[in-house]
Amino acid sequence: MTKIVYIEHNGKSHSIDVQNGLTVMEGAVQNNVPGIDADCGGSMACATCHVYVKEEWFNKLPKKEDGEEDMLDMAFEPKKFSRLSCQLTVTDELDGLTVQLPSEQA
Amino acid sequence: MIKTDALIIGAGPTGLFTAHQLKLIGLDCEVVDNLDKIGGQCIELYPDKPIYDIPAIPECTGEELTNGLTDQLKPFNIKFHLNERVEEVKNNNGKWEIKTNKGTSFNTPNIIIAGGVGSFEPRKFAPKDCEKFEDKSIFYSIKDKTIFKDKTVSIFGGGDSALDWAIELSENSKINLIHRRDEFRGAQSTVDKMNDLRKEGKIKLYTKYQLKGVKDSESLESIDIEHDNKEVKNLKTDFVLGFFGLIMKLGPIANWGLNLNKKKINVDTEKFETNQKGIYAVGDICNYPGKLKLILSGFHEGALAARACFKLARPNEKYRFEFTTTSTNLLKRLGKKE
Repeated sequence: MTKIVYIEHNGKSHSIDVQNGLTVMEGAVQNNVPGIDADCGGSMACATCHVYVKEEWFNKLPKKEDGEEDMLDMAFEPKKFSRLSCQLTVTDELDGLTVQLPSEQA
Repeated sequence: MIKTDALIIGAGPTGLFTAHQLKLIGLDCEVVDNLDKIGGQCIELYPDKPIYDIPAIPECTGEELTNGLTDQLKPFNIKFHLNERVEEVKNNNGKWEIKTNKGTSFNTPNIIIAGGVGSFEPRKFAPKDCEKFEDKSIFYSIKDKTIFKDKTVSIFGGGDSALDWAIELSENSKINLIHRRDEFRGAQSTVDKMNDLRKEGKIKLYTKYQLKGVKDSESLESIDIEHDNKEVKNLKTDFVLGFFGLIMKLGPIANWGLNLNKKKINVDTEKFETNQKGIYAVGDICNYPGKLKLILSGFHEGALAARACFKLARPNEKYRFEFTTTSTNLLKRLGKKE
């Protein structure tokens, strides 16, 4: 289990133990963290699992694969440290990862 | 009022195969979809992406799958109502009365919702004050391009729609093209053409900028755009166009008295019926223990829902299970036998 911290747009924080191998998106959806829609189910086709990664974490994450940046073009208010949480697989290295959720996903 | 045995909402892969199953067992059906084309998410979100988990098809794209399903419907005469969204569903003496946003109305004992994650709507600008200019000076699609003649148009987006319109409108309008990063995801030839026009001064390009706000008195006067480094620029503009692709919204489905779980509709696994008799949900939009969001699961769900429709559409007949390999009835319907 790896601790992932999700901070809702209103500031409410959820610290969740997520099983390694799941994605940060799945960790939120399976634990009813509001603010991540994940309409397409994790196939990188919708940009509704968009999160802002804390700056200090951003460079520690696996690099974006082809297509993620294209999908982020369509996300609601993408910023410099935006990622799609369906593309972040939880591993021991991510223990303590903190992501902020946008005000809306669409 | 169109009378039919079953109305299918959604022309994605699940809706298409469900239509096939209904026609095969001798029921009529019509299909409504909010998109302007058949294929649903397969065609809208990933026409070129390969799919590897359709049984007996080792690899096909979303477009190829859609074409295959459409071909499979050729023996049948199915009416599609594209560009239409179902707005209203009402019960009248055990039958369902359905109205679309274009005013088409249906009367049917069966509705099969194969709506994916809802209907596709354009993604909009984030700043809230954009709403009041929508369809006046801020647009997400173009119906009449003549209104832009000799005006300044600010176009946001990095895909083919944004690039194509920037190129086309640059003939008669002043164009600002604004995108959140340096790379464009449109076709390379289109990007090259846009860059040529930029060098000729016909398109002004602002990358790493996004819309921050709009300024107006009576009408839209200018917009503020903000750079990644927080620098803000003000651009005088008459019109603003946003091309950020489409998003799926559950929309009016939420108002039909169905038992919803988040954005999914709860169903049983015998008929895929909802809490309303004669309304079924199949494919990505339905929810039951063990639900998999796979296209193949949608096919199974549609096949069973179609059989359930038979009972309500033909209350005095008995449904008999038959194989397409051997049944004269089915082969006749498929046009394989006189």
